[in-house]
Amino acid sequence: MTDYNFAYLDEQTKRMIRRAILKGLAIPGYQVPFASREMPMPYGWGTGGVQVSAAVLTPEDTFKVIDQGADDTTNAVSIRSFFERTAGVETTTDTSAASVIQTRHRIPEEPLKEDQILVYQVPIPEPLRFLEPRESETRKMHSLEEYGLMHVKLYEDISRHGHIATSYAYPVKVEGRYVMDPSPIPKFDNPKLGDMAAIQLFGAGREQRIYALPPYTQVVSLDFEDHPFEASKADQVCGLCGAEDSYLDEVIIDDAGGRLFCCSDTDYCLGRRNAGHQGSSLPGNEVAA
Amino acid sequence: MDAQTLGGGFTDPAIQSARAFRSVMEAMARPGTICNIAGAEPPAPLSRAAGSVLLTLCDADTPVYLASDTDTADVRAWLAFHTGAPVTGPSHAMFAVGTWQALLPLSAYQIGTSEYPDRSATLIVESDKLAGGATLSGPGIKDTSGLNLPDLVAFQTNRRMFPLGLDFIFTSGERLAALPRSTEVC
Repeated sequence: MTDYNFAYLDEQTKRMIRRAILKGLAIPGYQVPFASREMPMPYGWGTGGVQVSAAVLTPEDTFKVIDQGADDTTNAVSIRSFFERTAGVETTTDTSAASVIQTRHRIPEEPLKEDQILVYQVPIPEPLRFLEPRESETRKMHSLEEYGLMHVKLYEDISRHGHIATSYAYPVKVEGRYVMDPSPIPKFDNPKLGDMAAIQLFGAGREQRIYALPPYTQVVSLDFEDHPFEASKADQVCGLCGAEDSYLDEVIIDDAGGRLFCCSDTDYCLGRRNAGHQGSSLPGNEVAA
Repeated sequence: MDAQTLGGGFTDPAIQSARAFRSVMEAMARPGTICNIAGAEPPAPLSRAAGSVLLTLCDADTPVYLASDTDTADVRAWLAFHTGAPVTGPSHAMFAVGTWQALLPLSAYQIGTSEYPDRSATLIVESDKLAGGATLSGPGIKDTSGLNLPDLVAFQTNRRMFPLGLDFIFTSGERLAALPRSTEVC
């Protein structure tokens, strides 16, 4: 522990964030404004998620952080060590052992359980922002359930590409009411948002918004009858563990155009390899980590 | 100021309020789930659960309404010393605390606006019994759950106003449960 208050933030800030989280849970999908604080990391590095995590952590928690599925990237490592120092919590890379998981742009492959909390880092919480830049207007559109513009955007995708080309931050409708940005998760992860056993909290630091999905909430990805939503991924198997069902990253492995598809969820991939699964790129491959 | 006013707060505020909040959040996220909450020793007639919720969520930014018999000099002094929350009437309150009968009518409280439905009151209802009773369904509930409610029509009316409406925390002794506006009651 350091001389900081438990979990870095002062108590008044935590109370303010906690009140926003409760209203967010009571109105699933609605973006609750909150007074986001300066954090000891730049905006864009997960300040929203960090503030939400700071408000929910208790000393008994086990904390995991993933960045695009990986436990070992800069963002994940620095946020993990931040809470090790300021909250003294246990940390882990094991999805099933974590009680609070902060994530940047992925949902773990392993289904989450009832005693877990998933905290998302959100860059732009407003799903309508790129269609209507004025906050006063988007707020009115949410209050009137005026979401036609979003369907026009998806329709324009179809008319231009022949299919809905939006592949991440794919908009969803929560409990038939609010259209919500699920943060830039790949649309492969969208089906996991609904009916999840864990509590899902979303924090956008720069944009000063918190929103939430209680467990077992109905979440529907927007689509059309003749162009139904499809959770897509690269049509490959993981080169390291051979998984066919996980979301894959494409990694360039040399300067001759060589590439490797591997699980973006490093804990899932490692768990499979420890259980004896092997991918075709594994033996003698120096990139395997 | 006497010992009762100065005492009864969290002895380790950062840690105890973190634990207490997790109970409140668990209850609000899973309507009908009964959670333990402790840490506060408020003056009568406040329960320990209600006192802990007030210490966890209230401060100078949150006007609190003390309904009828909870509005005592002891409670006012305790709340002022430990939270700094201003005491106000129901129409300006972000939090209200009292028994169901004392808190009525619900039309007195803020239910938010269509653009900011979060600007609505949270009612802390002191109850004798939490378990059983009405059947709940909606976000946070897998199939159905149950909760002992003082009324049905009032909560059905509240649900129909969604996304506007009030959120409820029911407290009894050292336990609490919650009923957000999104829950269907029958």
